Amino acid sequence: MSPANRYPIIISNTETVPGRQIVEFFGVVTGNTVRAKHVGRDIMAGLKNIVGGELKGYTELLNESRAEATARMIEQAQSMGANAVVNVRYATSSVSQGAAELFAYGTAVRVT
Amino acid sequence: MPAHIDQFLNFGLPLLILMIAYFVGSAIERRHFKDIRAREKRQRAFPVVTFETLPEDWQVTSAELIQGNVVISLDYFKRVIAGLRGLIGGRIKTYEPLLDRARREAMLRMIEDARIRGYHAIINVRLETSRLANAGRNGQGTAGVEMLAFGTAVTLARR
Repeated sequence: MSPANRYPIIISNTETVPGRQIVEFFGVVTGNTVRAKHVGRDIMAGLKNIVGGELKGYTELLNESRAEATARMIEQAQSMGANAVVNVRYATSSVSQGAAELFAYGTAVRVT
Repeated sequence: MPAHIDQFLNFGLPLLILMIAYFVGSAIERRHFKDIRAREKRQRAFPVVTFETLPEDWQVTSAELIQGNVVISLDYFKRVIAGLRGLIGGRIKTYEPLLDRARREAMLRMIEDARIRGYHAIINVRLETSRLANAGRNGQGTAGVEMLAFGTAVTLARR
């Protein structure tokens, strides 16, 4: 009766997968994506910037981008033969004007 | 005739925008805080911790990474105030509620997602802040602040 997992393998930001034993290490796996801001979204965000509040377009954009970075990390882990990625961290950096890099990294392992 | 229209465009319009930003921005902020407080009350019984060890008599049956994020921006009036305050330095009070509500909103989104998915607790919660550069003004103005909350959602069973 465990909840439906949204990832094909176990992803966790703890050092081990809780309730499981790590049997093999594969090393660091990474996934990234660089996204530029959408013109339409930017105009809306510019207007929203006057009164403040949540910029929903950006929330969604970053959410999607982070999901993609995570998916790439998972792909790399799966190609190594791992069935879990532990100690996952997220990082964001703005590489150039109006573009942001979203970066996910963790340690690929096999658990029991 | 053109003189007073000119005056309006030069002084009246920015002042008008400033006033609209002040009233609408404050109303949005008040409503958001009210909403956050009500939702926090509902989620109070849900355990969310920043460490990863669990009590001995509980066993983890499944785990998954879970997250919540929000991009939020300050209204124009408060940005002007913060800019003026920046000239003399010191505590910038207008930015404090912005970061506070963004952080609480991100946490709530994470918790609500975990609850919907049927998890019992979230362990090892981390919070991250990043600033989105504004493309239109050489990166000077802040378009928004992104707050990300993430952790490992777990289901528990008694040993």
